[in-house]
Amino acid sequence: MGSRASTLLREEEIEEIKKETGFSHSQITRLYSRFTSLDKGENGTLSREDFQRIPELAINPLGDRIINAFFPEGEDQVNFRGFMRTLAHFRPIEDNEKSKNPTASEPLNSRTNKLLFAFRLYDLDRDDKISRDELLQVLRMMVGVNISDEQLGSIADRTIQEADTNGDNSISFNEFIKVLEKVDVEQKMSIRFLH
Amino acid sequence: MLGLTLLLLLPTAAAAAADRSRTEAPPLRGPGLRFSPPVPASPSAPPLLLLPQPGAEYGAPGVALARSAAEEPDGPAEEEDGGHHGEHGGGYRVVQWEWSYVQTPFIIAIWLLVASVAKILFHFSQRFTTVVPESCMLILLGLVLGGVVLIANKKQLYQLEPALFFLFLLPTIVGDAGYFMPARLFFDNLGAILTYAVVGTLWNAFCTGFCLYATKLLGVIDERVQADLMDFLLFGALISAVDPVAVLAVFEEVHVNDMLFIIVFGESLLNDAVTVVLYKVYISFVEVGAENVQMTDYFKGVASFLIVSVGGTLVGLVFAVILGFITRFTKKVRIIEPLFVFLLVYLAYLTAELFSLSAILSMTFCGIGANKYVEANISQKSRTTVKYTMKTLASIAETIIFIFLGISAVDKSKWAWDTGLVSCTLVFIFVFRAVGVIGQTWVLNRFRLVPLDKIDQVVMSYGGLRGAVAFALVVLLDGEQVKAKDYFVATTIVVVFFTVMFQGLTIKPLVKWLKVPRSTSRKPTINEEIHERAFDHILTAVEDIAGLQGYHHWRDKWEQFDKNYLSKLLLRKSVYRKSELWEAYQKINIRDAISVIDQGGNVLTSARLSLPSMASRASFPEVTNVTNYLRENGSGVCLDLQVIDNVPGGKVEEDTETHHVLAGNLYKPRRRYQSHYSRHFIPLGEKERQDREVFQRNMKSRMETFKSTRHKRHKKERSLKKRRGSDAKEEGGDKPRRNVSWQDKDPVVVPVESDPDRAEHSDPEKDEDVGITFVARKAETPKERPKSVPAALDGTQSPPPGPPSPTGGETHLPWKGGVGSPPPCVSVEATKIIPVDLQQAWNQSISSLESISSPPAPAEPVHPRVSALSRLGATRSASYTPPGSVAGSSASIGAQLSQGSFCFPDGRKDEEDEEEDEGAELQPLMSSLRPPGSLPPAPRRNPCVYLRSLVTAPPSGSGEPHSRGPTQL
Repeated sequence: MGSRASTLLREEEIEEIKKETGFSHSQITRLYSRFTSLDKGENGTLSREDFQRIPELAINPLGDRIINAFFPEGEDQVNFRGFMRTLAHFRPIEDNEKSKNPTASEPLNSRTNKLLFAFRLYDLDRDDKISRDELLQVLRMMVGVNISDEQLGSIADRTIQEADTNGDNSISFNEFIKVLEKVDVEQKMSIRFLH
Repeated sequence: MLGLTLLLLLPTAAAAAADRSRTEAPPLRGPGLRFSPPVPASPSAPPLLLLPQPGAEYGAPGVALARSAAEEPDGPAEEEDGGHHGEHGGGYRVVQWEWSYVQTPFIIAIWLLVASVAKILFHFSQRFTTVVPESCMLILLGLVLGGVVLIANKKQLYQLEPALFFLFLLPTIVGDAGYFMPARLFFDNLGAILTYAVVGTLWNAFCTGFCLYATKLLGVIDERVQADLMDFLLFGALISAVDPVAVLAVFEEVHVNDMLFIIVFGESLLNDAVTVVLYKVYISFVEVGAENVQMTDYFKGVASFLIVSVGGTLVGLVFAVILGFITRFTKKVRIIEPLFVFLLVYLAYLTAELFSLSAILSMTFCGIGANKYVEANISQKSRTTVKYTMKTLASIAETIIFIFLGISAVDKSKWAWDTGLVSCTLVFIFVFRAVGVIGQTWVLNRFRLVPLDKIDQVVMSYGGLRGAVAFALVVLLDGEQVKAKDYFVATTIVVVFFTVMFQGLTIKPLVKWLKVPRSTSRKPTINEEIHERAFDHILTAVEDIAGLQGYHHWRDKWEQFDKNYLSKLLLRKSVYRKSELWEAYQKINIRDAISVIDQGGNVLTSARLSLPSMASRASFPEVTNVTNYLRENGSGVCLDLQVIDNVPGGKVEEDTETHHVLAGNLYKPRRRYQSHYSRHFIPLGEKERQDREVFQRNMKSRMETFKSTRHKRHKKERSLKKRRGSDAKEEGGDKPRRNVSWQDKDPVVVPVESDPDRAEHSDPEKDEDVGITFVARKAETPKERPKSVPAALDGTQSPPPGPPSPTGGETHLPWKGGVGSPPPCVSVEATKIIPVDLQQAWNQSISSLESISSPPAPAEPVHPRVSALSRLGATRSASYTPPGSVAGSSASIGAQLSQGSFCFPDGRKDEEDEEEDEGAELQPLMSSLRPPGSLPPAPRRNPCVYLRSLVTAPPSGSGEPHSRGPTQL
């Protein structure tokens, strides 16, 4: 399967993905084989159902949100390029990338982009603000049923108040960045992709 | 220092005297406890100190060390001893010299005292301690003390006994380290830790051993050192292990970043298994002779390593499960909860020793494993107890270890110096450590998400400190088998001293110079708690999508397992149902509440309230460490217990001191007092004394003010509209307070007496209080105060003896009608202390406090204050009935609350008369509370809000019970 996968992927395509995402050649082929194994329809794109078939994802409280993050707005199919673009957010930042010339466009795995990914998970309506309701939904997913609405509400209130600097009772992306500025996001939002 | 010496000499001389009575005993050596069942039923193994051999006149061994491993035979012996003493005296002697009876515990106590006092002395000079690590100072002190003892006795009486070290001193330190190990961080870096611990230690041991042998062959090491390859390998094994005690002592003061610390420290803990096995294997090889070692023995060695390490870990985990399970059922016996923690963690250590497994591994994993469940199960107080006790024990054990290392060095009889061996060893361990670290890091970095950079490697190489474990192991060597033992002892001492003192001294400047990222002991904010959880879920999902079975995948699997099975088994039902996030939220709120309260006056005067957990917003320039920031500002955030460490926050302690002084000397406002009393916190005697004294004073002042103009008051009062709120509050306060007194007073107080007593008691306080309020306003309307205050108060308060009259007076007081609607100004003021934008958060903090003591989870009064509050709430509703003064009573509570909470101000003049004191203190408080002319309309509030207002109101006041807590417990 792996060999078939890599043959399906044209070299120039790999090059483009490499440039865009920073993944190495072997990582791309490896992920491509994963992509094709997920792609039950064998049409070169993944649907939501394809993702939902992953058993571990079913028990992940944020699973649906994360699946959503793979799909561009309004679409319900994602091709390999898009798949890789999303995964690239989680590539660790390497030393040589830190010192890269600042003029270049921000790589997908920059701190801001990592945070943006997380932010988008909360921000369901894409108005660049996490409202109390949106926060409550995510909290509810994460804590399960053991906690009352009231308690959850007070957590949400507290969270928003802590982060909210302009008093609009919601968390904007800038506030989100600010409130997590002490967190080692580069590390906590990265996974090690096999070479 | 002189005092110290005296202290030391006293027991020393006495011990020497006792010593002379017996024949020269060979220098006591602990039996090989480390690798044999640690129950050497012989009483001749007094761990720490030379003890008299079983005295001839007593048939039984001397009083056994209560904590000695050899306790079984001694229970009855002790009693017998007592009986003997009585008979020996012949006639009755008034004073008896019972030195031999108390000797052991006495000497131990003296040593502990010396060590503790030494610590105090070191920290007198703040500047000094920032440069010189405590461990260095302790070793130096040990050297001095050892010299003194040597001069006084001509021979060294004390040394670090391996048995004592391994059975008592080391477990306290390891137990503390394991129990408070940051589990997540530890497991995040487990791969690196294990690599360094196993591969690194093996590498160090072999290289050092072989190279020393090579230098011996080359003739660099003197001929007198009779050692062959096996001896050197043995020596290499014991000298190569990084020592947890030394690492902790040095790194705790350096504050490198968490990851670096956990790697070095984790390595020092986990390499124990390697050291144990290597040491044991080589000892057996040395015993049988190198030529007799067969191939199978090497395999046995490898198998033994697996058994020792895995077995030790398993023993630890088993005990962790037992501990978690036991603490599930301690609800009715809260008081011994901490004991279970100590016992089982210690038993994990001993059991591992029993089977000669790695005891350190066992204890570490027991601590790590049990921590989560135990902390969730036991009460807040038990948590605090466990924490403080563990830290105290560990701290004192560490102190003793270093002092005794110093003392042990001053003993010529065990030394044999060889410059070649010493210098070669020093060079080798340093070089091989560096090479090993660099090599392993190179490999590890290929797999690590966060690579370890050059600076980390330098610190790790340099942080490879050797310590007491090596020393104890080398002392344990059998001089018959290992001919060069004396040389090894000397070398080990030099190595330990060099690493602890030289490297310990220089590592701080080095870390600064290299700009190693420091740790920030910051508590996560609620945002961080939530978002980091989300991050974890995201990463797990991404790993699953990408088809990787990575770290997050397995961590998630473990968490599922933990949630589905382990937590169900080990957590109380009530705890299990709680959400972790909610717990974290509660914790943060409580922390905020405590810190705000402890900031006391600072909060009131500072324009802006800063909750520590919101540090990200409140920008403290250049101060990364919020705790430090607050500490430097003299606030007591250190109640945040994580902060217990060896670095004393001087100001905080002073602050606490002040709190205690005030708590002890100020009169307690009745209400708070009451609730505490009912919780058995305050002895009755004190209460009565206070009541009497207050009563007398009040009578006096009342008599004085009695004659002042009563007629004026109505006019005055009417004209002062603004004062109404507070006055009404005082008025209304009269009656319900009496009600309260009837209801929850202890029967001991005769009601008839108590009633006027109470009423009168309240008078002067009200005097003060109102006076204060007026004073506060005096800033705006300066002239009115002198006349009106006494007048108003006096008039309204004077008639208490005849109950009907005040009520009558009250009813037609013009403001009486208005009383119903506005609650006392307290709550209004209270909420105003908090900046508007934080108010809600604050209220949540309070409500979370409330909810802790509220029905759903009634069992655990998490905080004394909380329960006090809820109690207040209860009494309030109980006293709600009085006819016609519904609002009045509630108002009165507010008033009382205000009094209660206001009575504990910053306290700069506690030596003054209490009443004046209050007034003077409150003045700034109140004035700062009340921005001119903006008294917001007070809405009607439910009881909850009263509670809230109580806590919210004057942080300084509410701080009182808290700070008082420790003294009363």
